[in-house]
Amino acid sequence: MEGSGLLEYLKKERSQEWRAELRSNFKTKERTQLERLAMPEQAPDKRNKNFTEVNLGLTEEQAIHEARRCIDCPNPTCITGCPVGINIPKFIKKIEAGEFLDAARVLKETNALPAVCGRVCPQETQCEQVCYYPQKLKKPPVAIGNLERFAADYERNSGKISVPEKTAYNGIKVASVGSGPAGLAFAGDMAKMGYDVTVFEALHEIGGVLKYGIPEFRLPNEIVDVEIDILKRMGVKFVTNFIVGKTATIADLAKEGFTAFMVGSGAGLPNFMNIPGENLIGIYSANEYLTRVNLMKAANPDYDTPVISGKHVAVIGGGNTAMDSVRTAKRLGAERAMIIYRRSIEEMPARDEEIKHAKEEGIEFLNLNNPIEYYPDDNGRVRQMKVQKMELGEPDDSGRRRPVPIEGSEYLIDVDTVVVSVGVSPNPLIPQSITELDVSSWGTINVDKESMQSSIPDIFAGGDIVRGGATVILAMGDGRRAAAAMDRYIKQKVRNIISLIKEFKTIGEILEFAG
Amino acid sequence: MNKIVGKEYFSDQVVKLVIEAPYIAKSRKAGHFVIVRLGERGERIPLTIAEADIEKGTITIIVQKVGVSSIKLYNMEVNDSINDVVGPLGHPTHVEKVGTVLASGGGVGVAPLLPIVEAMKNAGNKVISVLAARQKNLIILEEQIRQYSDDVVIMTDDGSYGKKGLVTHGMEAVIKREKVDQVVTVGPAIMMKFVAILTKKYNIPTLASLNTIMVDGTGMCGACRVSVGGKTKFVCVDGPEFDAHEVDFDEMLLRLNAYRDEEVVAYDKFLNKYRKV
Repeated sequence: MEGSGLLEYLKKERSQEWRAELRSNFKTKERTQLERLAMPEQAPDKRNKNFTEVNLGLTEEQAIHEARRCIDCPNPTCITGCPVGINIPKFIKKIEAGEFLDAARVLKETNALPAVCGRVCPQETQCEQVCYYPQKLKKPPVAIGNLERFAADYERNSGKISVPEKTAYNGIKVASVGSGPAGLAFAGDMAKMGYDVTVFEALHEIGGVLKYGIPEFRLPNEIVDVEIDILKRMGVKFVTNFIVGKTATIADLAKEGFTAFMVGSGAGLPNFMNIPGENLIGIYSANEYLTRVNLMKAANPDYDTPVISGKHVAVIGGGNTAMDSVRTAKRLGAERAMIIYRRSIEEMPARDEEIKHAKEEGIEFLNLNNPIEYYPDDNGRVRQMKVQKMELGEPDDSGRRRPVPIEGSEYLIDVDTVVVSVGVSPNPLIPQSITELDVSSWGTINVDKESMQSSIPDIFAGGDIVRGGATVILAMGDGRRAAAAMDRYIKQKVRNIISLIKEFKTIGEILEFAG
Repeated sequence: MNKIVGKEYFSDQVVKLVIEAPYIAKSRKAGHFVIVRLGERGERIPLTIAEADIEKGTITIIVQKVGVSSIKLYNMEVNDSINDVVGPLGHPTHVEKVGTVLASGGGVGVAPLLPIVEAMKNAGNKVISVLAARQKNLIILEEQIRQYSDDVVIMTDDGSYGKKGLVTHGMEAVIKREKVDQVVTVGPAIMMKFVAILTKKYNIPTLASLNTIMVDGTGMCGACRVSVGGKTKFVCVDGPEFDAHEVDFDEMLLRLNAYRDEEVVAYDKFLNKYRKV
């Protein structure tokens, strides 16, 4: 739904009796007097020794209190900040009414993975940023993310998980290449619209970055699996250990009857800095480090995959992946776990919450420092790194002040493990396997921004393979837009075939035409 | 799940497994490999596809016992299933008619060498193969290699079969005897290092198929990175074959030992558990 249609719908929903009654129970003035509740969390010195979740979730009373803060705006700007367009006031009001299972149902109308999004979305720059409170009252926003998480968790723990309703099965086969957030959001929407959806995944587990990347202490794999199970119950098929472009090509799959494809193969190719000594033992990409620990469970002695649990660990970079890596290192027993970042703390791309959590857990922040060389011991293991101090100069293309090295400021730090987290590049496997596909010089697939359709009409794409490294929720928004556009595209194709068939007089003519 | 439909012992160290994997059988070319994972707690390990049968939908892998995962594989029987087999991975071998190809393989490295020898022969090359191992019972696939080779030289460290000496001794004799246009080598990193030194001396273009530590095998982690011509490359997506004269084998040898301590601990633990059963 777009534009005026959406506004009409929201207005109608808002005018329903139960919503009007809730509004009349509390005056707006009373609501705005309520304080935003902090998320309960594990104590820092306890949680930095385990892998269980840091955030503990709201209680029912806390959730109702927080839901009451929402004044149910006539024009809910929060929705415009959500990349998948959740009907935010409706689910929050369901929570206020104590109808927690209904709240979860509302979330699932537009979001295949609410328990995931409630945990990992950067709400402070999305829905919560455009909430009435910060916009008009200069007060902390309604904790939309915490409430989304509450509703999804409540439903999961209730054992009464609802499966979204589907329109009649149409039997048209479509495929998602990749089972990360873009692919899962796409699959959920297509299944709802009656399509026969298959998701192909190269790894042995479904979920992409949700499984191999984001650690258990932020997003337990078990929670991702529950949401994937709902997609399975909606009829979505998952094929693991299948690399589209290698195991079989898109052309092979088209011959097997797939009508259209959504490529959500992500940006899994790690960047290195190409400085001397970077290939020493003990220097990992963040992808490798996190994959070993999260996907392969390397920290658990019952699993076969090893990982080096260093005592002095340096993580290079300032994004969320760097925070995940350094907090993981601490939990694996590091005495000294350091972030080394070439800009100041204000410029760090990681979420404020992650930086705060990391600091509480005893992570050291070496800002305005940049590694320039690594040194080995006799066995080729990293032993020391040379770091150069930086200062901030003029703003660069990104608008951030450019870090400039300070001559003569180099010094050595003892390290036995280094995790390089300086960004990722798009995975080249799909672009390499379809030579006609229009690809940018960075290796991302070029698409129409509205429809997510590539230069090949049957191929749509979304998420990091289109954006480079971005967020889970933007990938999901792409997956939803691709699903809507693919549905329109396929229906138009079907209409064209039907009108073509109408021009023929006999079955024989049709068969002859079809060849 | 990929069912094991054939098993053949080459020695008490080396076994051949034929595995159901119809898509991989159809798509694979010489030089390709797969990643397998054994059981829900298993690690992911890379293995080269030695042979494939499109009609039967099977691929063949050859495994030597070196640690926990390879012993688990060695112990698998016909009708057992491997939960995860993914591929074909890597770039296929660059095959063209160049004249005379000298192919050298050491130990289980002969398994990945077989499809390359076959492809080189089918492309119209004269193929001379040098197979090397510590002792007689570790020479594998001799018959299959002979099928696609104009000449086969066998070398053993102890002289128990063929000629006594290292693979490089056998190769140098061939190079002195006739003009070699291309060398292909697969085996332990230390062997490939010395093959590269030898062929550099005679200025013969040489391809080495590298076997590094891997995790995903699809380019997303960089565990398999090596320095080639001073640049960092990922063996799983840029290779596994590289110009042997450009590869930093010393760095590769060090990186192969990254988990030596952990591997020893895991191996002892595995053996203890095994004895109790």
